[in-house]
Amino acid sequence: MSKQSFSGLSLIWRSLSKHRGWQTQWRKPQPKARYDAVIVGGGGHGLGAAYYLAKEHGLTNIAVLEKGWIGGGNTGRNTTIIRSNYLFNESAALYDHSVKLWENLSQALNYNVMFSPRGVMMLAHTVHDIQVFKRHVHANRCNGVDNEWLDPVQAKEFCPPLNIEDNIRYPVLGAALQRRGGTARHDAVAWGYARAADALGVDIIENCEVTGIRRNAGGAVEALETSRGVIHSPKVGVSAAGHTSVIMALAGVHVPLESYPLQALVSEPVKPIFPCVVMSNTIHAYISQSDKGELVIGAGTDAYTSYTQRGALHVNTHTLDAICELFPNFRRLRMLRNWGGIVDVTPDRSPIIAKTPVPGLYVNCGWGTGGFKATPGSAHVFAWTIARDEPHPINAPFTIERFRDGYLIDEAAAAAVAH
Amino acid sequence: MLLIACPYCGERPEIEFSYGGQAHLARPPQPSQLDDQAWAEFLYMRSNTRGVYAERWRHSRGCGQFFNALRDTTTDHFLAVYKRGEAPPPLSDEAQPTLSSEGGPTPAAHEPTAPRERSP
Repeated sequence: MSKQSFSGLSLIWRSLSKHRGWQTQWRKPQPKARYDAVIVGGGGHGLGAAYYLAKEHGLTNIAVLEKGWIGGGNTGRNTTIIRSNYLFNESAALYDHSVKLWENLSQALNYNVMFSPRGVMMLAHTVHDIQVFKRHVHANRCNGVDNEWLDPVQAKEFCPPLNIEDNIRYPVLGAALQRRGGTARHDAVAWGYARAADALGVDIIENCEVTGIRRNAGGAVEALETSRGVIHSPKVGVSAAGHTSVIMALAGVHVPLESYPLQALVSEPVKPIFPCVVMSNTIHAYISQSDKGELVIGAGTDAYTSYTQRGALHVNTHTLDAICELFPNFRRLRMLRNWGGIVDVTPDRSPIIAKTPVPGLYVNCGWGTGGFKATPGSAHVFAWTIARDEPHPINAPFTIERFRDGYLIDEAAAAAVAH
Repeated sequence: MLLIACPYCGERPEIEFSYGGQAHLARPPQPSQLDDQAWAEFLYMRSNTRGVYAERWRHSRGCGQFFNALRDTTTDHFLAVYKRGEAPPPLSDEAQPTLSSEGGPTPAAHEPTAPRERSP
C-alpha cells in the first residue's frame, strides 16, 4: 500500500489544513495462517529486521509478532545513547555498521528518527580508566572508528556543566570523545521501521504472544502457536530481548543469557543546558538531555535476575549521587519518573546474532544494557542471516557456539565497568 | 528495595546482600573428562528462569553467610530461604507462583557474580 510521504512541505500543508487527513501509519492486520518468515518481538531490532527482509531480500510475506505493543519494551525504555567506540575488531565492525546506518536512517525510512550526533564523552576517573580509554582510542582508530582523548580542561570545554575540580570523590582525569556518537528518538525508531515495513507489506501483529514453537519430523521450525492462533512459517527470527530465554526454551534451545532489570529516569524538562552525552562507567552515571528538555539518566542493573521490569530505588540513588557530584548545578532538579526494562546479558557482554541448532530458527539477543545503539546494524545483519540462512560477515563471530569454542568477544573485561 | 530474610539474621534490606546467581551448580567432579560443550554448559549456561528460581545470596554486610532462596522472578517475591547444603523446601499451594517456570529450581551456582553493568 502506498503511504503518505513526509516532508517539510507536507507538514506545512497539513498544519495549514488543520491537521486533517493524516493517515494511519501502519495497518492492524489479522494474522495469516502462513508466512515466509516471522519475527518474534516488535522492538526496534525486530521491526528493523522485518524492514530489511522486505527491502533488501524481497521477502514481503512476513510478520512481526509482538506480545504487547510495538516499541513498548526496551526500545521505549532505554536512554538512547548511540556510539561505536568498542574495543575489539568484531564489535567495532558491528557497532560502526550501525552508526553508519543511523546517519542516513531518517532519509531511508522517510521518518524523522531525530538522530543527533552530538558527541558521546566517556569520563576517566582513575589511572586504570585512563589506560583503558587510551587503549580504546588507539584500537578504534585502527578500525576507522573516531575516538579522541581529551584532558579535563578540553572535556569541560566540550561539556560546560562538567565539574573538573579535584576535590570530588572521583575527579575527572580525562575523557574519551566519540564525536559521531549521540542520541536518537527511541519511539520514532520503532514507529519509523514499523511504518516503512508495513508499506512493504509486512504484517505487524500486536497483542500476539508466542506460546509454542512447533517443529517437524526433521526438527526444523514449522509453526508458532500464539495467543492469536497457529501461524505457519519455515523461518522464525527471535528478537525478544529480556524474554529470549523463555521463547528459545519453547524450541528446546538454551542460550547463555541472564535477564536483569536495568533502570533509567528523567528529570523535569528544563531549557537546553546539556550539549552532549556523558557516560561514566566507573561511577555509573549516564546522562543526556532530550529535545523535550528532560535530563535522561541511565542507572545500573539491579543485582539479581528478574522479569518484573522494575528495580530498587537505591540503584537510581547511586547514579544520582554521581550525577550531582559531576554536575553540581543539577542538584536541585526534580526527577519526574523512573522505570525499568529487562535486559538479556551474555557472559562476554557481546550479543548473539546467529543461526541456532534448530533449522529455520534464528536468534538476535544478548544486547544487554546497550542494544539501542545497534538497532539498525543489528536488524540489517539479522535480516541477512534469516534470508540467506548464513551470517553476514559482520555478525559471523557473534554465534552461540563461541562460548563452547572459546572465541569470546569480551567487551565485559574491555569495558572497564566496575563489576 | 527487596527485603531479604537471612536464615541467620532475619529480614534485612537488600543493600546488605550480594547476589550469587543460580543455586545448586556443582563443579564437575571430573573436569578433565568434560568435552567443550559440557564445559560451556557449566561455565556459561544458566536457566534464567521466568518463575520460581533457586538462587544464592550472601549476607555480605551482615553475618557474611551464603544461603539459598526461592524467588519468583515474575514478582520478585521470596517464597523460601534455606541454608546452603539444604535441598529447596517444597512450596505450599498458596506459595506456588501463577506462572510456570522454564527450568524451575534446578540443581545448578557457582561463582558469585553480581554484575553492575554499564547503562547504554
